[in-house]
Amino acid sequence: MMDSSEAIFDGLKDAGIDFIVSVPCVNLSKILNMIDEDDDIIHIPVTREEEGIGICAGAYLGGKKPAILMQNSGLGNSINALKSLTQLYEMPLLMIMSHRGTEGETICGQVPMGESTPLILEAMNFNFFKPGTPQGAYEDILNAWDLSVEEGKPVSVLLEIKYW
Amino acid sequence: MVRREAIADIIRCIDDEIVVCNIGFPSRELYDIKDRERNFYMIGSMGLASSIGLGLALAKPNEDVVVIDGDGSLLMNMGSLATVFANNPKNLTWIVIDNGAYGSTGNQDTYAQVLDLVEVAKGIGFKNSYNFKDIDLKEIIKSDDASFIVYDTEAGNSEAPIIDLDPVTIKNRFMNSI
Repeated sequence: MMDSSEAIFDGLKDAGIDFIVSVPCVNLSKILNMIDEDDDIIHIPVTREEEGIGICAGAYLGGKKPAILMQNSGLGNSINALKSLTQLYEMPLLMIMSHRGTEGETICGQVPMGESTPLILEAMNFNFFKPGTPQGAYEDILNAWDLSVEEGKPVSVLLEIKYW
Repeated sequence: MVRREAIADIIRCIDDEIVVCNIGFPSRELYDIKDRERNFYMIGSMGLASSIGLGLALAKPNEDVVVIDGDGSLLMNMGSLATVFANNPKNLTWIVIDNGAYGSTGNQDTYAQVLDLVEVAKGIGFKNSYNFKDIDLKEIIKSDDASFIVYDTEAGNSEAPIIDLDPVTIKNRFMNSI
């Protein structure tokens, strides 16, 4: 059985992701540490997710394969940039989201945004994957990046609380 | 003087640098003054010029990147001052044309009228934080730290037409040129 964090990291590496921006979530902390220790990935922590969408766009223009790691709360902070930058110019972007407010959530403040997150992605016409196992997550990340390149739009991988 | 003259001043110092230009009239005026394949014109995502420039500067460490930003846009993404400073890409020069107004939407006042943006950036820690009139831009572009430059102008837009390139064309010719 693969470790849930290692599966994500392996997926990012095997998809060729070499540029990552992040706003942390406790569930992403192990992956963020692994990324920091990898000399082949540029990792830029950002102050707000929307800023990260801009940085990823610039990195893509400069030849990198970008991803953003964040909580689903950050989707709300990024919506305009995802539409009027990433999609407008037909750029790929992999979004790895810790999907809080799902089954097992202990913080009530996470629930409203958590419930709306898949609906927001559907309304934005952005594809997303919801892996249930580490092996599934690994495969979904590879497929999500390929789909993002093909579509010229962001594609998300939602990692619910029960995933971990 | 107004923004268009500031952009003309800036672009006179530009040779083969990568330029990222802010949404609205700034990009329209730059396109009108001097279109280049190495210009990235923003059509959306107000506030993110410096972030796009940072991503480019990190991805292309051997290229010089010049960002033409505005005061209203800077105020929308103040966190970028922290992120750019902390990463300090020496190949990034961030110019804010400060006309104290949301120019593209009818020249409504911005809070930059009551701020000294050069001092704001110095307070963050930027060693190279200057007013444009006090520097040689070419020297700043070649300096060993990220730079933050304020160009003070009055509010006002020129008659620059809407850019007649679609976004994907802007992207493709930009990527092919760098």
